[in-house]
Amino acid sequence: MTFRQFLLQRLTAAAMVPLIVVHIVVIFIATRDGLSAAEILERTRGSVGWALFYGLFVVLAAAHGAIGVRNVLAEWTGLARSRLDIFMWVFGLSLFGLGMRAVVAVVGAS
Amino acid sequence: MSDTLSVSIWRGGENGCYTAYQVPARENQTVLDVVTHVQRHLDPTLSYRFACRVGMCGSCAMTVNGRPRWTCRTHVSHVSDNGRLEIGPIANMPVIKDLTVDMTRFFEAWQSAQARFEPSRTRDDEIAIVKPDSPARIAADAAIECINCGVCWAACDTVRWNDDYLGPAALNRAWTLVNDERDGGNISRLKAITVNGGCQACHAHQACADHCPKALSPTASIAGLKRRAMSAYIRGELK
Repeated sequence: MTFRQFLLQRLTAAAMVPLIVVHIVVIFIATRDGLSAAEILERTRGSVGWALFYGLFVVLAAAHGAIGVRNVLAEWTGLARSRLDIFMWVFGLSLFGLGMRAVVAVVGAS
Repeated sequence: MSDTLSVSIWRGGENGCYTAYQVPARENQTVLDVVTHVQRHLDPTLSYRFACRVGMCGSCAMTVNGRPRWTCRTHVSHVSDNGRLEIGPIANMPVIKDLTVDMTRFFEAWQSAQARFEPSRTRDDEIAIVKPDSPARIAADAAIECINCGVCWAACDTVRWNDDYLGPAALNRAWTLVNDERDGGNISRLKAITVNGGCQACHAHQACADHCPKALSPTASIAGLKRRAMSAYIRGELK
């Protein structure tokens, strides 16, 4: 792991902490009031705020997870650095794609 | 107390095996005393390292009943398992013969980490006044007593699985120099300890701190290096 990757992983972790807190608190409030999935989607669809919130969450999680998995593979498999980098990018972009698909499903127009 | 100790000692190189010896048990006896007895009275071909016998030189580290230790300051009564001792070479270093290991990678890491003093003054300058109670000196003091025994290296998981890792001892020494106000090599040192396998590779498992015979915490030193390197990186000093 380069020092730059290390810093990026630390910074993305720190940035995700408040987002996770908001995410959990919102889930707690929404489910306590007994909102159905349809009622939740009614509130999130078309919301620029939730789109930015979860869009940022996906970017941070994709970067954080990809660097972390690269490091695990580096330590446990001894793969060459070039292969690790390819895996990191493929894994990170896959996470980003899957995450953004979910964001679109939650905040996009029905 | 039994009159004898049942001692198994590693014999041979990487593909060697443990050999059993019976050694007289004494009231006060270190593990190094046991090894010395075997070499002097039972088998003079046994190879091992020691020098000072008082915990200063860092030569006599071995694996004792599965744990890396300095043997000259380890009493048999504290570590024997019902009179049984298993003594092997320390881990994470190639075995040369019996209890002696090749410490090349360990000491090369010290050089790679620039864990050596870089003077910033000449003999013609005034002697630097270092206040003992300054924060930097207190931080250096907490890490300064390393004797290079290699116990932390043997205990470290990251050393085992990352061939590039500089290791706890070299990074701990680098931290003392980062806090030495007389030292003039900090920027290049911070660059040296942030390469692949640098301070960021540490997982903070704290095995080094748990095993260090001098009760140092290389983990804390490495955490300090991470903070210092992060600041330097953000200021653009590590380009």
